[in-house]
Amino acid sequence: MNTLISLSAYDLMLASLLVLALAGLGARMNLGISQQLIIAALRTTAQLLLIGLVLKQIFETAQLPLIILMMTVMLVVAAWEILSRQKRKIKGWWGFGISIFSLFVSSFLITLVALLLIIKTDPWYTPQYAIPLLGMLLGNTMNGIALGMDRLIQTAWQQRAIIEQRLMLGQTAMEAIREIRHESMRAGMIPIINAMAAAGIVSLPGMMTGQILSGTEPVEAVKYQILIMFLITAGTGFGVIAVLHLISKRLFDARDRLRFDQLLAEKNNE
Amino acid sequence: MLKIDNIEIPGLAPISFELAAGECLGVSGESGCGKTRLLRAIADMDAIEGSVCIDDLCQQDVSGADWRKRVALLPAESQWWFDTVAPHFPVGTSSYSALGFSEEVKHWSVSRCSSGEKQRLSILRLLANKPRVLLLDEPTANLDAENSRKVEALIAEYLEENDAVAIWVSHNQSQLERVASKRYFDFSENGMVSLGSGGAAI
Repeated sequence: MNTLISLSAYDLMLASLLVLALAGLGARMNLGISQQLIIAALRTTAQLLLIGLVLKQIFETAQLPLIILMMTVMLVVAAWEILSRQKRKIKGWWGFGISIFSLFVSSFLITLVALLLIIKTDPWYTPQYAIPLLGMLLGNTMNGIALGMDRLIQTAWQQRAIIEQRLMLGQTAMEAIREIRHESMRAGMIPIINAMAAAGIVSLPGMMTGQILSGTEPVEAVKYQILIMFLITAGTGFGVIAVLHLISKRLFDARDRLRFDQLLAEKNNE
Repeated sequence: MLKIDNIEIPGLAPISFELAAGECLGVSGESGCGKTRLLRAIADMDAIEGSVCIDDLCQQDVSGADWRKRVALLPAESQWWFDTVAPHFPVGTSSYSALGFSEEVKHWSVSRCSSGEKQRLSILRLLANKPRVLLLDEPTANLDAENSRKVEALIAEYLEENDAVAIWVSHNQSQLERVASKRYFDFSENGMVSLGSGGAAI
């Protein structure tokens, strides 16, 4: 029970048959999902094998510059992912900058705090801890940030007449979008709040499951999971606050006028 | 009191005029001719060239929000964002009766108000801030004759009591003749043209 059963390529092929069977059924029933499914399955195989090799290399050498490079790439990809989920985007580099900054707050800083003050790894950048931790934080806080950002911009766009009416009545920009900000904060935080509420009862979180599978004591695994949950919650919260603040600022000019024209690129047609 | 100096609105000649306390400027013209843009420019809702001042206080001297507390724009279509009427008004507002509402109106649900009721309420909401300049875009478009007269009387009374000024946009020529105290402008292709000064001259 204490050693991990290693999976062979043959084991994975068996699992892939399930996906192939699903794709076959989808094609037969004309559900229009098969091609996407196969491509996504191939992508996940290639990407994960690649990252496995990269991680192996990084873990063996444990060189700080290499680790920082890896983390930067993760951050940039996550920021790009946030932007690609937006229906309406902030024009130009601002959108990218805002995403990067809020991810930096939500994931980079929180990971650093966890490594230096909580887990106290030695050296602090020990890649076995630093990279998975950052990955989990990025993956989870990215969701919250993308949701909050999308909700803020979409709602502000839909309610622009109301926002202008409130400005006309002498409200400041921040007063005029107070309710929209509240709602966007909620939208960003609900997934992680739900995940915390359901953890252990409805779902066994992935990291804990993984640790148990690899032979860790369940109670030890649970402690790590709780740590991760708290880090994700704090990261998501700070990240969403940062993104809401920065975008609110970009939606108005210095005279508190609503300025959609300067800020939003044309709607992305799928 | 209100001094407009060379406001530039695309497609129109620069606009300049002054209003003394208590005066009401009537404005009419084809839709799309720039009336609404003029009002938005004065309320600092759009960036403009030129200057707008109340006595010695100009747009740039105060924040956008503080300017718009003094220079209140009533849009042609009012917007409401809370469920009931009262939260849209400053705390302690009690002047609902001015346009024929009872105190009960506070608890009305906005979604059940008619367009006329919303228009009257939006005028009361505008005045509750005690602005010095009223920019009224078709303030009685949804009202019957009786309520239109009530609004006209209320605005006239407000201007006199508060030493305020108003710019009143309307398609209704006879209404403008009643409310525009001193001057009367019409927008044409060339920009703002004075058609007369002094109510009698119209």
